Amino acid sequence: MTRDIAVVAFAQSDIRRTTEESSEVEMLMPVLHDVLHRTGLKTADIGFTCSGSSDYLAGRAFSFTLALDGVGAWPPISESHVEMDGAWALYEAWVKLRTGDADTALVYAYGKSSPGHLRDVLTRQLDPYYVAPLWPDSVALAALQAQALIDAGDTDERELAEIAARSRRAATLNPHAQQRGSHPQGDYVVTPLRHGDCPPIGDGAAAVILAAGDRARELCDRPAWIRGIDHRIEAHSLGVRDLTDSPSTRLAAEKAGAFERPVDTAELHAPFTSQEVVLRKALKLDDSVRVNLSGGALAANPVMAAGLIRIGEAATRVHRGEADRALAHATSGPCLQQNLVAVLEGDPR
Amino acid sequence: MLKAPLVVEFPFTRSLGPVQSAFLTGLRERTVLGVRTTDGRVLVPPVEYDPVTAEELRDLVEVAPTGTVTTWAHNPAPRRDQPLATPFAWALIRLDGADTALLHAVDADTVHTGMRVRIRWADDREGAITDIACFEPYDGPAPELTGHSGEFADPVTGIVAPARLDYTYSPGRAQTAYITALSQQRTVGERCPRCRKVYVPPRGACPTCGVATAEQVEVGPHGTVTTFCVVNIKAKNLDIEVPYVYGHIALDGADLALHGRIAGIPYDQVRMGLRVEPVWTEGARYPDHYRPTGEPDADYDTYKELL
Ligand SMILES: [Zn+2]
Repeated sequence: MTRDIAVVAFAQSDIRRTTEESSEVEMLMPVLHDVLHRTGLKTADIGFTCSGSSDYLAGRAFSFTLALDGVGAWPPISESHVEMDGAWALYEAWVKLRTGDADTALVYAYGKSSPGHLRDVLTRQLDPYYVAPLWPDSVALAALQAQALIDAGDTDERELAEIAARSRRAATLNPHAQQRGSHPQGDYVVTPLRHGDCPPIGDGAAAVILAAGDRARELCDRPAWIRGIDHRIEAHSLGVRDLTDSPSTRLAAEKAGAFERPVDTAELHAPFTSQEVVLRKALKLDDSVRVNLSGGALAANPVMAAGLIRIGEAATRVHRGEADRALAHATSGPCLQQNLVAVLEGDPR
Repeated sequence: MLKAPLVVEFPFTRSLGPVQSAFLTGLRERTVLGVRTTDGRVLVPPVEYDPVTAEELRDLVEVAPTGTVTTWAHNPAPRRDQPLATPFAWALIRLDGADTALLHAVDADTVHTGMRVRIRWADDREGAITDIACFEPYDGPAPELTGHSGEFADPVTGIVAPARLDYTYSPGRAQTAYITALSQQRTVGERCPRCRKVYVPPRGACPTCGVATAEQVEVGPHGTVTTFCVVNIKAKNLDIEVPYVYGHIALDGADLALHGRIAGIPYDQVRMGLRVEPVWTEGARYPDHYRPTGEPDADYDTYKELL
């Protein structure tokens, strides 16, 4: 069965360094209400619900079950969860809608990084035999990739600083962003990455509503149709990969149809400046494409929600008529380990 | 707002397949093994399946303890549990004889791509990646290989990778109010503005309506046993004699039952509808157990919705 699926609404919280006054569900609920309000749907109207979050951020097993209170999970609903960024929850919801089992889906994601030490927490997603016992933190692994790019002549520290500055300048127009405007590059965190090359650590939540066919047209003036969506993964071992390239992103983009016609807008999930260099190359984006008008992950990187936010930001520009064909990218894992690409289009005007 | 340190600590116990077992046993014996793919490449660290073709790999081959840095990152401020406590460089290192690189630490102030290094072995080795203490600069030739077959008399078959993560836990507004009230031996719930149900303990949201709850309501102290079970197996580190009764208790005024131990009555006389009250012990932060109040049993109709 083929049916067109669209993003019809998007909402996100302000991303902040800490939200210790709120539990996860308290942080999430206003975002859920916001996204439902944009369509006029009530929780009981939603055909399928899917979320992305991480127990390691929460420091608690099955932490997503507590957040379910916010979606009105009683009486029982059709629901699923991925222990990944919400972009992958959106992929699952897209599949569910494609099968015809539901006409609408609510996708949400949240992450509170503030309770723990994120650089340490993220080491627990690494290969437990050869890598995790060494505790290489997320900045260190990104720095190895950045140095490989510099050695290959693909970038230099000056270009990285320009990516950082451009992202945070763009974020001045994004009221939800955590780091906006000029921000010093600062000292090295792990050479060659400076503070400015790294994303802020923050708490936040995001939610998207998907709808199929005519239902999408009823709920949104200009739905952002998902023309293609695909996700791929690199070899597990970092030392096997060419860190200066992202073949999985390129393959996902190809399968999503991104290369069939040029896109006018791209939202890339590049938590580190150096990763934008890799992604631009893999996605063949030239200067004609507006990249990360939201400021991207360098301006706000709530872990587990930042990828879904990329899809939401791209869709919102289609909704507003500011973009006709947009690419959204999400990543998960160290050094762009896993990559998801979605192509969104508005109806012709 | 309440806050407290929360430590999550676990020994991650994993078994090893034949290839990982040979590699980690080799490290214990100061021998580095890779695995050869069908197209002749040597992967170090070795994996059981070819990352390109997914073919099963078993052909172990010895490589040198010396190698070349393929990329690096200087780490000025080592974090807890990282290989060295003083500033070092992370590096991907392609060992002589290997076609892929291994992640580890290099003990040197300055590192560059192409730099030659060798393994510094840990004094105490047990068959783990940490048997390599780190790498160190080395400009000599690669040593002669022993031609090790990868067969060991006493192979390592598993690893225990201890992990510890530290958090500052904050339960949020609703649960903070609940815990604070408990410290005064009171139980508070929150009423849903839409369906009017009172949730105990409150989590800040009504799971039926999906809206925030805010109106605080004191419930109890008396309540009704809605259902129960008899526990016959003694839990580790728990100083309660078996058999004992664990039950769901709907405190008066609450629309959700909470659970607790029921005592002060023989275990085989506990019943649905039994009226109970909390028993607090000195300095406790929650009721130790619930005991019968002596009131007549509650009518089934009064609590059947709370089962
Ligand atoms: Zn309610």
